[in-house]
Amino acid sequence: MSISIQEKDFDVAAELAALRGSSSKIGALVSFVGLVRDFSKDVQIENIFLEHYPGMTEKALGKIIEEATARWNLLGTRVIHRIGPLLPNDQIVLVATAAQHRGEAFAACEFIIDYLKTAAPFWKREQTGHGAQWLETRDSDVQRMQHWHPTGESK
Amino acid sequence: MKIELVYFGRPREHLKISNETADVPEGLATLAELLAWLRSRGDVWAQELSDSRVRCAINQEFSGLTARISEHDEIAIFSPISGG
Repeated sequence: MSISIQEKDFDVAAELAALRGSSSKIGALVSFVGLVRDFSKDVQIENIFLEHYPGMTEKALGKIIEEATARWNLLGTRVIHRIGPLLPNDQIVLVATAAQHRGEAFAACEFIIDYLKTAAPFWKREQTGHGAQWLETRDSDVQRMQHWHPTGESK
Repeated sequence: MKIELVYFGRPREHLKISNETADVPEGLATLAELLAWLRSRGDVWAQELSDSRVRCAINQEFSGLTARISEHDEIAIFSPISGG
């Protein structure tokens, strides 16, 4: 498990190579990269600013990865989340998972990003030509998170 | 009773404060009561900290408004999260 919260950009290929290392047990490597869009509700985005809760963020991400590791047989995980000022098309977040087989790597990667959206303390402020607004948790993100808990258990 | 307050997201920007040590009245027991006490500061505090607009964490764990608070707790007050 490796978690980084950083202002600087990341190199996906280098991160995947590091996650893979020299292990010959890994048969599947899955990655998700989240990007800054240039529109929000049909309004042009000039830039965004991301802040987080130092200390709690790392704990929350650690718990999410622990739960993924308990559910699936993973051989490695890597999460990078950027903070600070970002521009459209910039990379925001990387979630990468390594497993023996693709099913586990795909499922765990999706689980981690779905949970990150609803259980990790980050805040996004969008600057548009019409002013700035803080984004809030979207219902569609909550629904995606909840589908991992069919019994109705939720955060 | 002294508690540590930290603010993030929209409240942090609009209240123009990122953290403070608050001396809250003895007997103030829950997050809902803390928010009501902070709203009594008036103006932007009353507007920003309505129960429906903010979320909270106690000692870095998300907590509902009925959660109890204790001396020296680190209590975070923020707008709904939006990462990823």
